[in-house]
Formats: sequence, structure tokens, C-alpha cells
Amino acid sequence: MNGPLHKDDAGAKLGMWLFLFTELLLFSGLFLLYGAYLNRYPHEFGAAGREMHLGFGTLNTVILITSSLLAAMAVTAIQRDERRKAIGLLGGTILCSAVFLFNKYLEWRAEIGNGIFPGSPRLVVGPPGESVFYSLYYLTVGLHGLHVLIGGTFLTLVAVRVQRGTIHAGNYVLLENSALYWHLVDLIWIFIFPLYYLIL
Amino acid sequence: MTGGNTEQHIVSYGKLTTVWLGLLALTALTVWVARHNVGIGHVWGSLAIAVTKGGLVIAFFMHMKYEGRLLRWLLFFALAVLAIFIGLTFFDVLYR
Repeated sequence: MNGPLHKDDAGAKLGMWLFLFTELLLFSGLFLLYGAYLNRYPHEFGAAGREMHLGFGTLNTVILITSSLLAAMAVTAIQRDERRKAIGLLGGTILCSAVFLFNKYLEWRAEIGNGIFPGSPRLVVGPPGESVFYSLYYLTVGLHGLHVLIGGTFLTLVAVRVQRGTIHAGNYVLLENSALYWHLVDLIWIFIFPLYYLIL
Repeated sequence: MTGGNTEQHIVSYGKLTTVWLGLLALTALTVWVARHNVGIGHVWGSLAIAVTKGGLVIAFFMHMKYEGRLLRWLLFFALAVLAIFIGLTFFDVLYR
């Protein structure tokens, strides 16, 4: 690269936040659909919601909250120039993301094994409200799972860069922005959890 | 904290851990409420707990408490837009 490197951490962070707002509105659209259909099919949503696995939901909530703590601690570590600690904390976050996705796999396998998936024979002959519930569930949680996968990938790339020394106490906006993305994934799950696992 | 400035603020491990404990306690509370209380009240209760948890994550984990005016106003604006969307949707759905 030619000349001195242009650096604008405040601008980078502003851009990240603007992107996170669009993500917030994306998931809010799905939550709005959920609310509108819950109003139309309260009994079918209730029946379908009681079949959700509360254990998996609660466990994954605790895992995501913990991973968010580790990501926030990684930012503190890099600010204090504790690189080894930052790498360890990022590793913990990435491990949590993998465990979350593995739980999701077990949960979906059990549900699909019970004949619950969009377009399944059981849902096609069942009441329409139930298939709407499960379609929204797979769409919302699937999109969230995709975000977990993307966030985990970003954090892995960031950890490699911390290891190489290109991210350090004087230049860590990439770590900060990846952590912000990861917290958003946690934030979305904080709302998915009561809506799909608790209130019905 | 100096408003409008973007100087770095380091949040201590202790403070982050305290927030984490708060989030775990609220998670336990929301599960308990859902198991022991049936009716319209627990929908609003669950959502209120979720909003509180979200606020903790944004304020401390995402450092919003220590950011300048620009980001805070943008967050406020985004949430206001969201509130309008939610309000108008349910105004339509509930009074159709």
C-alpha cells in the first residue's frame, strides 16, 4: 500500500453501528410477523409453543450470554495490551458459538424426527396456525443461526490477526466491531428465547 | 466520560462479570415467571425482562454507556423507528 495508512476508528465503529441497526430492523420484521400471527392464531401458537424444548432454549441462552461476556472481556484485554488473554477469551467465545450450533443441530434433529419441518406431512394436514408458527420458527432461528456462524467466523479471523500482531492495543477496531456483531447475535437471541420458548 | 468524544474507555473485567451475573439472574427469573404464572401478565413480564437484558448488553457489553452523543442519538432514532413500526402494526392488527 502507498503512503501512510488511513485510519478512522470512530468512522469504522459508526459504520458498524449503522449496519447493526439494519440487522435489528431485519429481525424486528420477523418478530412483528410473529406478533401479528400470534394475534390471529393464539390457540395454535399455544399448542405448538408447548412442544418447544425449553431445556435447549435455556441452555443456549446461558451459552450465548457467557460468550458475549468473553467477547466483551477480549476487548478489555486488547485495550490493556494483554494479547494472550485476548486470544484465549476469543477462543472461548468461538467455542461457545460451536456448542450453540451443536445444540441447535440436536434440537432441530429431534423436531425434524417428530415430523416438524416446513411442508412436512404432519404440518400440511394440521391446523394452518401451527405450520405458520413452525415456518416462522425455522426462518427466524435459522437466520439467527447463520449469524452465529458468520460471527464465529469473524471472531476466528480476528483471533488469528491478534496472534500475528496486526491487531494490538493501538489498533483493535476490527476486534471491537466483531465483538459488537457478536453482541447483536446475543441481543437477538434474548428476544427469540421468550417469544418462542417461554410465553406460549 | 466526555460527551461527543470517542476516546477509548476500558470496562473492567469485574464490571463485565457483574453484568453477566445480572443477565444470568434475569434469565433464571424469566424462566421461573414463565413456568409459574399463566395469563396476559407474563407476556408483558417476559418482554420487560428481555428489554432489561437487552439494555444491559447494549449499555455495558457494547459500550454504549461510554459512547458519545452521535451513537446514542442514532440508537435512539433506530429504536424510535422500531417503536413506530410496532405501534402502527398492532394498531392495524388489533383494531381491524
